[in-house]
Amino acid sequence: MNKQLIFFFLFVLFIIYSFSVYFSGTTYDKGISHFTTEAKLGKKLFQEKNCISCHQIYGLGGYMGPELTNIISYRDNDESIARAFLKGGTAKMPNFQLNDEEIDALISYLKYIDKAGNYPPKAYEITPYGTVNEIVTDEK
Amino acid sequence: MKNNQGFPFLIAGILALGLGMFIGTLAAFQFIIPDFFELLPFFKSRPLHVSLVVSWIFLCAIGGIYYYLPTYCRLPLFSSRLVKAHFIIFIATGLAIITSYLLGKFGGREYWEFPPILSIPIIISWVLFGVNFFKTVFRKKGKWPVYLWMWATGIVFFFITYLEANLWLIPFFGDNIVREITIQWKAYGALVGSWNMLVYGTAIFLMEMISKNSSLAKSNMSYFLYFLGLTNLMFGWAHHTYLVPSAPWIRYFAYGISMTELFILAKIIWDWKSSLSNALKFKHHIAYKFLLSSEIWIFLNLILALLISIPAINLFTHGTHITVAHSMGSTIGINSMILLASLFFIIQENSEKAIGSNVLKTGIWLANISLLVFWISLIGAGYLKGTLSFGSDLTFQEIMEKLSPYLISFGIAGICLFIGMCVILWVALTHLLALRKK
Repeated sequence: MNKQLIFFFLFVLFIIYSFSVYFSGTTYDKGISHFTTEAKLGKKLFQEKNCISCHQIYGLGGYMGPELTNIISYRDNDESIARAFLKGGTAKMPNFQLNDEEIDALISYLKYIDKAGNYPPKAYEITPYGTVNEIVTDEK
Repeated sequence: MKNNQGFPFLIAGILALGLGMFIGTLAAFQFIIPDFFELLPFFKSRPLHVSLVVSWIFLCAIGGIYYYLPTYCRLPLFSSRLVKAHFIIFIATGLAIITSYLLGKFGGREYWEFPPILSIPIIISWVLFGVNFFKTVFRKKGKWPVYLWMWATGIVFFFITYLEANLWLIPFFGDNIVREITIQWKAYGALVGSWNMLVYGTAIFLMEMISKNSSLAKSNMSYFLYFLGLTNLMFGWAHHTYLVPSAPWIRYFAYGISMTELFILAKIIWDWKSSLSNALKFKHHIAYKFLLSSEIWIFLNLILALLISIPAINLFTHGTHITVAHSMGSTIGINSMILLASLFFIIQENSEKAIGSNVLKTGIWLANISLLVFWISLIGAGYLKGTLSFGSDLTFQEIMEKLSPYLISFGIAGICLFIGMCVILWVALTHLLALRKK
């Protein structure tokens, strides 16, 4: 079979697939109402301070610090621990000299991430085909 | 030498790898002792390490292509000026990226942690490379060997997926975390696939040259494996995001596609006897020693990749050091070994004496054995982290304390790996510099 034709066929499939991922596979974000202007500022700071080099979201990022997807609701939604870390740093985390407004913004961003989903899943079912279905037990 | 246009890329690649591994070793120790070398904290050392070692892969792969096209494919490069412009932009951008990290100016994206404005010269330099490559190879009459297909695919898909990796700058993509993360890792998966195309294409080219068997790169099997790799590049990335709450069809589709790599595993096992006879036939060729190492690493990493692509296993391994083991095994064991084969092939072909001193052989053995210990330590750490994260109420700090024996072993193996690679790189660098003067 003509190799150019196979390449063209696969390439067209890739384009259709990519647009399906953009516009159909990733439309639903449970936490979107929490993505406020303050949370957007928090996201900007999160990137500027390169937090992802040590922390993970949905298991993606560096492994020096803890996973952050649901960190804000880890202990009965007590954000004071996160605030303390952001304010003074730890032995492993530098003190970035953040002001109160910046800390509020980062907390808002973490709240947004928390509302968007669970990681790792709290309850799940493994099927005989090796796939995993998350059992959603809480409504955020 | 008549043709040494690829040499600046190769020399810069060696320097980038040496520096990148040195910083990586520092970063490994910062993992165990957080205030180790405070001048360069972990949030700066990690991106420096990643950017330098990724640039080694690109520099060495590109340098090889610029060298091989006119020398062996009888395709003089379309423009030497474009090669120079490509090199200057690449190095200038690299220096700007290093400066931005040292100054603490980040874009904060995994892998590409520099400010996004620096993506513009990266894209420009890639366009120059693409124009030069395609204007050169389109002059070729007749059937393209599979490595030309692979190099062409690597160039095209790096361009597409690098643009895709920057879609987050558009609010439609950046303002929805599910879409942002999913597309980020869709792009990264394919992007790694695109540099693999450049590197694996180089491996097939080298095997054709070493074995002097021109049918190797034109067989139906080689094209079949190329299209299988291309399918995985396009659709097999979602094991990174199985646990992101995107539509289930994305994961199911990627799971199915990833399992097609079982065919490659079966083929490696089926071909082991001929691999063994090749090993005996070409054992005196220094480039073949590196290719043989890469074959062993392909086998080990493919098994790991297949396992972590099964969602039920991925649930426990995702976000653990097993993922790091996979990426280190692939970039050092597979990509770097193939690229070192390419470097030593070029050196050997231009040298009057055979290359293969005992020092170099010791370096190869030290690098491979320490990489194995490094890889196993990461798998051990990842296994423990995965099981403790799900099967206990331990805090993050408590889990990390339990991992420390594995991380210490990882750090020590990292030093040995660094020494072994330094020996190899030093031999390559001195020979290349001597050849450049000829």
